[in-house]
Amino acid sequence: MTYPNDLRYSKDHEWVRAEGSTATIGITSFAADELGDIVFVELPEVGAALKQFAAFGVVESVKAVSDLFSPVSGTVSEVNGRLQSEPELLNSDPFGDGWIARVETTDGDELKDLLDADGYAKLTS
Amino acid sequence: MSVTERPAPPSGAPSDGDASGRGAAFSSPVGGEQLQVVEPLLFASSRTGRRDVRFPSLSEAARKAAESQPEVPKHARRTATARLPEVSELDLLRHFNRLSHLNHAIDLGFYPLGSCTMKYNPKVNEWAARLPGLSESHPLDPAELSQGSLELQWLLAELLREISGMAAVSLQPAAGAQGELSGLLMTRAYHRSRGEGEQRTKVLVPDSSHGTNAATASMVGYQTVTIRSNERGGIDLGALREALGPDTAALMITNPSTLGIFEDQIDQVVAAVHQVGAIAYMDGANLNAILGRFRAGDAGFDVMHFNLHKTFSTPHGGGGPGAGPVGVGERLAPFLPEPLPILVEGTDDEVRRNAWAGRNTPGARFALEEEGTRPQSIGKVRAFTGNFGMHLRAYTYIRSNGDAGLREVSDDAVLAANYLRVRLTDAYDLPYDRICKHEVVFSGRRQKRQHGVTTLDIAKAILDYRIHPPTIYFPLIVEEALMIEPTETESLETLDRFVDVMHEIADRAATDPSALKAAPTTTPVGRLDEAAAARRPDLRHDFGAAPAGSSARQEAGA
Repeated sequence: MTYPNDLRYSKDHEWVRAEGSTATIGITSFAADELGDIVFVELPEVGAALKQFAAFGVVESVKAVSDLFSPVSGTVSEVNGRLQSEPELLNSDPFGDGWIARVETTDGDELKDLLDADGYAKLTS
Repeated sequence: MSVTERPAPPSGAPSDGDASGRGAAFSSPVGGEQLQVVEPLLFASSRTGRRDVRFPSLSEAARKAAESQPEVPKHARRTATARLPEVSELDLLRHFNRLSHLNHAIDLGFYPLGSCTMKYNPKVNEWAARLPGLSESHPLDPAELSQGSLELQWLLAELLREISGMAAVSLQPAAGAQGELSGLLMTRAYHRSRGEGEQRTKVLVPDSSHGTNAATASMVGYQTVTIRSNERGGIDLGALREALGPDTAALMITNPSTLGIFEDQIDQVVAAVHQVGAIAYMDGANLNAILGRFRAGDAGFDVMHFNLHKTFSTPHGGGGPGAGPVGVGERLAPFLPEPLPILVEGTDDEVRRNAWAGRNTPGARFALEEEGTRPQSIGKVRAFTGNFGMHLRAYTYIRSNGDAGLREVSDDAVLAANYLRVRLTDAYDLPYDRICKHEVVFSGRRQKRQHGVTTLDIAKAILDYRIHPPTIYFPLIVEEALMIEPTETESLETLDRFVDVMHEIADRAATDPSALKAAPTTTPVGRLDEAAAARRPDLRHDFGAAPAGSSARQEAGA
């Protein structure tokens, strides 16, 4: 499986798209497939402080309930409210409309601790 | 609207099945979605004024007595009549009988649902529970009229004490999860009593434990810390020691674990927990594997709960009522829920000896502890002394098996699981390839990778063979998990048939994967849209609309 080249990936199966100090985060297609049909997402509050690799939300599928782990540290500036009524976006478009939150990052160097698309593909193969 | 066509059953499915139309599914558009209705709601057959029971009119004496009672306050009275279905007793009976026929049950077929211990519940339990002297007793009866019930509860607590090696047992908790909650409430009370309530904030939970363990810890206000398993499926001692500290309130460990594996370093685990002053909690959900072979009390555990509806054959019911007694060591005994049934006249030894010999003890007298007897008690967790009907059944089960019988229960449960483990390893991956206890966890990853057939597809296909599927996708640490718990009550022939079915499904996964994706095809309803059910549940009955299924039923019946 291949993954978008412009993203960085965590071993916890989250992705991050960094644009300046703003980072958009979500879960990968691999995670969505493994979870199966996602039926509920608990989003963080706008203004919440996230810590890299710490839990910031919950995703529930027909199979399991899993914590969401933030790939970066920072402050939540926006959440994808559509997921409240359309959690299926996480399955149908995990890298696009299924984004979870936007974060004002505090440490750009953290991206170095994440995988690139090839590295993530190896991890999940 | 037409009756949904169902595909033909697989070759191996029994032909005596019930594709006879009992489960004819038809579709009814409700709320914009296609809702399958196999048995209409009772409201569909409701007719104004129709009655199940006609009450006799009140006698003069009763009316007078009622008049002297205080009136229900105005604000609490209904202003409109409750819209209950109005049906005859016969219609009611048929409705629930038809519903029960749509279901699978242990009394109908094999039910290897891992972690749930779906053993046969002997009917002698039901005989005992229906004895009028017990079934017609009331918890508010005075102690002098309740000696038998009190004695039975006292004796059951004694039996559970002996089985577990714990110092004291409360029967109150109504389910395993409530037993856990009681255990952690006692843990918190214990730490508070020592001035360490603030300091101890964390509960350690292995990643192979029951999901309820973490939920219980959160309910009590603790932060949970997950401890990973090692490559053998046991707890990683290094990771455990690293996580333990002065902030640890307790370790909750399921033993045997949800991998069906006995924790063979249990002595080191308990010692490490005690070294930091924390409480060692054993989740007794998997007790069916170790009866007469291992006692939590002997291993030093401070608290454990029992699932009477698993190990001790009380019914799982429709989710209840369960019973989850909790046992504790000396340290936690003062904190047990109150009131406990106690022996107030007579000696423990004599009463026990007589009871096991089937004799009464002249002069023995029982009572419930008076409130405040143990000031450190966490108090009541359940009305009265818990689900007494379940206590009765469990007591009957334990007494009818006896010491040797209970040991044999576990030996046979373990033997059955290992038999399936060995016979299915050629067809399914076994992530932890070692002798298991009462359940065995396979992985369907081979079927998924090679043929695109998921564990969900396999589970659905099993339904077409009139077998309840194993637990799937749990424990979470096993990819595509298939968790099989045969229990001790199945014959070798039943186990062999299951082996044949699992082999046939593995073959079909390779040769005809699309057929498995369509399974089940012989059940009252086919593959349900679990995602839509969770995302957009439709739980309300619309009185304004035509009763769901009422018109369709006529068509289907025509």
